[in-house]
Formats: sequence, C-alpha cells, structure tokens
Amino acid sequence: MSAPLLKIEGLHAAYGAIEALRGVDVEINEGEIVTLIGANGAGKSTLLMSMCGKPRPTAGRITFEGRDITGLATHQIMRLGIAQSPEGRRIFPRMTVMENLKMGAVVTDPAFFDEDLDRAFRMFPRLKERQGQRGGTLSGGEQQMLAIARALMSRPRLLLLDEPSLGLAPIIVRQIFQVIREINAEQGMTVFLVEQNAFHALKLAHRAYVLAGGRVQMSGTSAELLGNEEVRAAYLEGGH
Amino acid sequence: MDTAYLIQQLINGLTLGAVYALVAIGYTMVYGIIGMINFAHGEVYMVGAFLSLIGIIVMGLIGVTWVPLALLIVLILAMAITALYGWAIERIAYRPLRGSFRLAPLISAIGVSIFLQNYVQLAQGARPKPIAPVIRGGFELLTSEGGFAVTLSYLQIFIVVLTIALMIGFTYLITQTPLGRAQRACEQDRTMASLIGVDVDRTIAMTFVMGAALAAVAGMMVTLYYGVIDFYIGFLAGVKAFTAAVLGGIGSLPGAVLGGLLIGLIEALWSAYFSVEYKDVAVFAILVLVLIFRPSGLLGRPEIEKV
Repeated sequence: MSAPLLKIEGLHAAYGAIEALRGVDVEINEGEIVTLIGANGAGKSTLLMSMCGKPRPTAGRITFEGRDITGLATHQIMRLGIAQSPEGRRIFPRMTVMENLKMGAVVTDPAFFDEDLDRAFRMFPRLKERQGQRGGTLSGGEQQMLAIARALMSRPRLLLLDEPSLGLAPIIVRQIFQVIREINAEQGMTVFLVEQNAFHALKLAHRAYVLAGGRVQMSGTSAELLGNEEVRAAYLEGGH
Repeated sequence: MDTAYLIQQLINGLTLGAVYALVAIGYTMVYGIIGMINFAHGEVYMVGAFLSLIGIIVMGLIGVTWVPLALLIVLILAMAITALYGWAIERIAYRPLRGSFRLAPLISAIGVSIFLQNYVQLAQGARPKPIAPVIRGGFELLTSEGGFAVTLSYLQIFIVVLTIALMIGFTYLITQTPLGRAQRACEQDRTMASLIGVDVDRTIAMTFVMGAALAAVAGMMVTLYYGVIDFYIGFLAGVKAFTAAVLGGIGSLPGAVLGGLLIGLIEALWSAYFSVEYKDVAVFAILVLVLIFRPSGLLGRPEIEKV
C-alpha cells in the first residue's frame, strides 16, 4: 500500500496549561472517508484545528503528501491543499454567500472559479438561490452547506469536516451526508470527518478512530467498530 | 450674518472636513481589522505633511515648475514613504504584541507617536515651517449686498475633488477586490480567514499601509491649505479625526467620511458664529452627545446575526 495522504504521529497539543491531545496517531489514505468519533471534550476539534496549526502542536509530527507540515503557519498549510469546514461553521456573517464562496477560492487559480462555483451550486442549489444574501442571515443548515461549499472552493486534496450535523434537522443531516458520500465517490475526495453522531458517521466512513481523553482509544474499519460492544455501549446506544 | 457668509463657512468647513475624513479612514480601517486604535496615526499624518513640504521645496529647487506635475510627484512620494511608516508601526508596535493583553499595543503605539514627534522636532526644528502658496486663485461665486464675496479657491476644489476620487477608489477596493475581501474577512473572523489560506499578518500590514497613504494625502492638503506646519500638528488632527471616526461609527468607511465632514462643518461654523477659541470644545461636546445617545455612532449599526 502506498504512503498515506496524511499521517499524524504522536501529536500533542495544548490550550495554555491544559493538554488536549496526548499522543495521537492517525493515518488517512487518499480517497478514504475517515471518521473520528468521541465524546464531548475528547479533543476531536482540537485535533482538526492543530492539523491546521491552530494551536501549534507541542510535540509530534504531521506529514501531508510526504511533507512535514508541523511547524507551518495556518495559511501555508491551507495553501498546500487542506480545507476545513470548522466547528460552528464560521461563515463570514457580513459577507454575502457569493463573497463567502469567493473567499474560499482565495488560494485557487481564478481560472477555475466559474467551474467550481457551478459545481458548488449543483451540490447545494439552495446556495444559488441565496447567493446575494448575507451569511449571518442564513439558517443553520444553509450555513453548514455554505461552510462545506466554501471549503471545496479551494480544490482541496483533503477535506476536514467538524460536526457538520450539529444542531441540524434530520432531513438536512441526511442531505449533507449524501453530499459527502457523493464528493468522495465521484471526485475521489479524501474526507476526515469529526462527528458526535457516531452511527451516521460510521455508516458513511470507511475507517474510524475513537478518541477519548486526548488519545486514540480504538481504530478500525467502520464495520468493525459498528459491531464492537464497547463502541455500541459508549457511542451508539441511547437514540443516535 | 448674511447668507453669503454662511455659504463661505460651509465651503471652508467641507474642505477641512475632507482632510479629517481622509485621516479618519485610517483610524476606522485599522480599528475594523484589529479592533484597536492606531494611536500613532496622527503622527503619520504629520510626517506626510513634512514630506510634502520638503517635496514641494525640492521640486522648486530642481526646476519642476509645472504645478500639477510637481504636486503629483510629491503626492506619490509622500504616500509611498508614509506607507512605509505605517508598515513599520504595525511591525514594531502591534505585531509583536498580538495576542498579549489589549492595552499593550496601545501603549507601544503611543510610544511610537512620541518618538515620531520628537524625531521630527529634532530633524526639522521646533519652529513652524511656512511655505508659499502653490495653488493660487479661485472663483468668486457671489457677492452679497453687504459686499461680502464668497470665494471658492482652486485649492479647495483640488482638495474636495481629490478626496472624492480617493473615497470612490477606496470603496471599490474594499468592496470589490480580493484584498478588500480579505480585509473584511480578517475583520469578521481572523481564525477562519487563516483557515481558508489568507495571510492574516500581511493583510493587517496592508491595512496600516493603506491608512498611512491616505493620511499622507491629508498631510499634503493641510500643508497647501494652511501654508504652515509644525511637528505637533499630528496630535490635534489625530484626535479630531479619531473623533470623526467614532462620530460616524468606528469601523464604518462611509461613517468616517460623514464624521469627518461633520467635524469640519461644526468647527468652521462654530468659529464663524461663536468663538474660534472654543471650536475644539464644540467638536468634542458633539462627540460626547453622540456617544450618549447613539453609542455605536451615526452609521455604525450593530447588526443582529444568527449564530
């Protein structure tokens, strides 16, 4: 098997004195959907953010396409072909939908813009209807669509998604998960998905990691984890 | 107190207001992007005034006598050099302190401000520097029955036209270009801006540079308009332009322009009808009233956003 697209080895990260990650190892191969599940406060979002240099890891190594990106500034990492739809979506509230999408394409050759915009609007027709509207006035579901579309505008090789289902109606969640499945299947997009909704995430992903207390507690194919008693008890029971 | 006199004061006030507006834009843009006041901005304007004065004298010495060309060269040089000052202020006083407690960069900026004042005082002397009028003449618009002639000087036309042109250019830059979008993105969510690949440090530095270049234009206008400058003019002009920015709604570009024009008008009208000595008091009293009854300024509307 070829080298993984992204490799995280022994990653530590902290917010001030609080150590949120204590030696995390993760590998993501090209073309995969990998999900990271875990309880609140397990360090999932911290892992996603420290992959982007915010906060800078305190120890460990991250390699992307064989290149060590551990010490790089955030904007430099993003320019290498990683994009993130972050926790809380972080739409630019006083910019229109169109301007948000243009911001997503900041690092891309302008020659691709029309084509990429067209693809984003086909993926989320709702955004086309709302293109002149300010980001801050969109509904939660529309903001999530915009956050994913904005991330895709940079033509990433690796797409990081942080809790895209959070706070959304089930019908919107299904639609968003369907889009993730499609971009993976049709464009071969590699996706690293952080989710609390473990059942949906495991159904969608090829492989999964379980994060607890800042460490990887378990990993395997999604089918393995779905069948695992511990995972079922901790993350799947209770109405997910 | 006839109409002609009033019209004359309105013209004078708008001219002065245009100068304040240009300086106020620098305050409001920097505030918008880093949420802090650049306390050295008034000094940047003063440096711009001195560079213009030196430039105009040098143009005379090397024999560039066609006024539009000479002014254009001086303007471009003053803007470029002042922009370097703006860049240096950001690098020295703000960037190293980013992420530390909020007061720290303000204090370091006041330090830069004191440094620049003293530096210019040492280099250029403490006495006011006069300069012969460069743009002379004007129109006589009308004469009242009392014999008062309203004049609109070519210099006033030059100041107002240049200000309007710069406003249009700047509005276009902020609303339509990638740099302007990046600036607004940093203003709204700096972390997210870096997550889509925007170089936040560079964008903030560019904002200081742009504000400084505009302050240089204002400095040149004031040199031409009053014909005399000294190392201390940055302080009061800075405070007034800051007042203009707050009056219009800090962070808002149209607000800075409106605030600048209002301050110019208040100052001119108060001087004309009440007392010259208390014109600054009038300006700051208006600021106090606005802050009491409309704390976010005239155009700085706090927006309701969904989270």
